[in-house]
Amino acid sequence: MPDCVLKRTPLFDVHRRSGARLIDFGGWEMPVQYSGIIDEHNSVRRAVGLFDVSHMGEIEIRGPEARALTDFVTTNNAGRLSTGQIQYSGLLYEHGGFVDDILVHKVADDHFFLVVNASNQDKDYEHIRSHNRFDAEVDFAGERYAQLAVQGPKAQATVQRLTPLDLPAMRYYHFADGEVSGVPARVARTGYTGEDGFEIYVAPSEAVRVWNEVMRAGEEFGIKPCGLGARNTLRLEAGMALYGHEIDASITPFEAGLNWIVKMDKGDFVGRAALARQLERGVTRRLAGFEMRGRGIARDGYEVFLDGSPAGWVTSGSPSPALNKNIGLCYLPADRSAVGQPIQIQIRGQLAGAETVPTPFYKRAK
Amino acid sequence: MNMYPEDLRYTKEHEWVRVEGDTGTIGITDHAQKELGDVVFVETPKVGAHLEQGQVAGSVESVKAVSDIYSPVTGEVVEVNESLAQEPEKINQDPHGGAWLARIKLEKPAEIDALMTAAQYEEYVKAESH
Repeated sequence: MPDCVLKRTPLFDVHRRSGARLIDFGGWEMPVQYSGIIDEHNSVRRAVGLFDVSHMGEIEIRGPEARALTDFVTTNNAGRLSTGQIQYSGLLYEHGGFVDDILVHKVADDHFFLVVNASNQDKDYEHIRSHNRFDAEVDFAGERYAQLAVQGPKAQATVQRLTPLDLPAMRYYHFADGEVSGVPARVARTGYTGEDGFEIYVAPSEAVRVWNEVMRAGEEFGIKPCGLGARNTLRLEAGMALYGHEIDASITPFEAGLNWIVKMDKGDFVGRAALARQLERGVTRRLAGFEMRGRGIARDGYEVFLDGSPAGWVTSGSPSPALNKNIGLCYLPADRSAVGQPIQIQIRGQLAGAETVPTPFYKRAK
Repeated sequence: MNMYPEDLRYTKEHEWVRVEGDTGTIGITDHAQKELGDVVFVETPKVGAHLEQGQVAGSVESVKAVSDIYSPVTGEVVEVNESLAQEPEKINQDPHGGAWLARIKLEKPAEIDALMTAAQYEEYVKAESH
């Protein structure tokens, strides 16, 4: 057992009682799987799955200059959000590398709600505070929210049974405050799976009750509780970045193919000068999707070769349950990162063939 | 009822061996398949290969991870379970039976005595997971 005490979500006992396998995930004791990663993955692709993502952190920015502070510490344009709208964004260091990737919710002109990665939440909070020369307050809210993700084509039908909110009217990357199971909740049409779905924020004391009600509401669709294992295979198929894998302090948004979350013309923000320099000089490495052609499964950290020489590394690799192929993401020299580039990946001492392909690997039918 | 069959012997790396005459059939344990999760790929040794006890005999790959399989015994591989190439999920379904990995002609039958019995292995797994 590790010496440090692992943090637990309010749903820990539910996970343990239902036989989930628990792992240490960035200091949190979290379910990695219930019935099995492939089974859970397929449930989300075909019907609906429920995830406990209460380990995610929340930071609230409030005050007359809440918008200005949010825009100064993030890469996307918070000023262009309407109330009830959400955007994916980056928190960067001055040198242009990622502190974290986050979701910015505009609650009101003077109130922004940021959802951040579990293991980054303390440093994110410190980072934002250190740049706060605005008339705004930064509030660490991780302990005030549990978060449940209901994901899959039957997510709307499931959640609608528990809330008077008009879900069909809620657009992708929008949210509303209301009630779920009679409990005050923030319901957002967001997710990390490539499917339609909702992320529901409730008080920790209500998490078990909402979890149980969602499980009952989704019963007729065959809802399954899902762990972080399926969450990872789902997000990888959807081509979504995971902090610590595709992005970290050494990677800029341009290298990670996240140009769309950087608004260079919105005014100054932390990291902007470094990004401008990178644009001038040109990006030298770029994230690319690949499919294995040879035998084997590429795993995180494996070395990538071009013409027999080391040229990059795998950031995420896994079998893809939906495509029945072995897929992954890797960094390559920018001039060799276009689709159709043959590459080799060193798998347990042997080079195996692969080829770069477009991402996302999986796209849901609209 | 015991989870681990009495007629098998077990290793600390979670392989098993069933001895019939001068042949040992090897595989991975139920505990090992549970730890791995959904198995998607199995690499068996080649027929005719000579394995020392403790040498890598193949590998098992799940959605999450890859794990080497070490031969519990010394000898020549006389047969491998070809069906695992098409149905790797058998490892999850029937680890102590249909998902055997290979048959090995035993060169050092005395090696078996040093392996764990079902009861010892069960204790070992219990201790390891605490």
